[in-house]
Amino acid sequence: MIHHLIPRVLAKLLIPFILLFGLYVQFHGDFGPGGGFQAGVIFAAGIILYALIYGLQAAQSVIPARLVAALMALGLLIYAGVGVATMMLGGNFLDYDLLDSHDPVHGQHLGILVIEFGVGVTVAAVMITIFYQFAGRLHLVRDLEAESDGS
Amino acid sequence: MNWEALIDIMLLALLLLVAIGIVRLRNLFAVVLLAGIYSLLMALVFTLLDAVDVAFTEAAVGAGVSTILSLGTLALIDSQREKIPSRFAFTPLLLSVATGALLIWGLSGMPEVGSPDAPAQLHVAPYYIEMTPVEIDVPNIVTAVLASYRGFDTLGEVAVVFTAGVGVMALLGSIPAVYSRGRRRRQPDAERADT
Repeated sequence: MIHHLIPRVLAKLLIPFILLFGLYVQFHGDFGPGGGFQAGVIFAAGIILYALIYGLQAAQSVIPARLVAALMALGLLIYAGVGVATMMLGGNFLDYDLLDSHDPVHGQHLGILVIEFGVGVTVAAVMITIFYQFAGRLHLVRDLEAESDGS
Repeated sequence: MNWEALIDIMLLALLLLVAIGIVRLRNLFAVVLLAGIYSLLMALVFTLLDAVDVAFTEAAVGAGVSTILSLGTLALIDSQREKIPSRFAFTPLLLSVATGALLIWGLSGMPEVGSPDAPAQLHVAPYYIEMTPVEIDVPNIVTAVLASYRGFDTLGEVAVVFTAGVGVMALLGSIPAVYSRGRRRRQPDAERADT
């Protein structure tokens, strides 16, 4: 990897800003364009860039594949959990008005924030999982090619 | 002619050129990159249509992640092998021309772009625009519609994304290097993981 000096340096500079921008898009979605879906993809792109430049193993030591697989389900559970919570409070599924007993508008703000977070977690985790799966398969392909070349 | 129409025409011409390039090219690597460029151009078209949220998604997903995943697929398959040039086929050509002609004919029944009298603007859209500041109070009405008014739809979309992830895991997840803790945890050759 020593020959890829420029991508390494550039990635090191860019990745923090990509992740920060992902968080900005995540939590600024109420005010500007964006939201959980776009934020999840941007965040995943930062991790994927790290994996591309520094290797799959390095990326998986930061974010293990098992953790990502769990996060995939967690995001969806957070989203559906908000719906169940509003039902427990006596309303309809995903009726955020009830999340704040004093002000329905605050309940809406809270509900949107939480479900967008769930969307972001699931989308980022799914994108990273798909990439991990593809990249993890690459070694097997190379092994097979090496075996067929050797024989 | 105003500037926006000129930009529209240029973008659409570029889209057409890129699409022809995708069909004509034999090199899969170039095709994947052109598909990314196509998505970026589409993002610009969506921006011109004032659909910034859609443009954002198109740029992030279409040009970003799907390009990376396509390149990952190319790394898995033999990307150097060129497509076999197909012979001229009359029926597909006739079908595409007929479909295209039908779509262009259907355009005459469409309302003008941005027309306030379009059927899409007359159903629930006035309610959303009127009531979002009162009921939800977030400046981005798109977020209010997606996350609150149509929260159940979005839950379904997240479930679709989740299912896609589970599907990929089910199809490719038998790879011991990534997921199993046991016998073949990871081969000790670090340089291979770096490539």
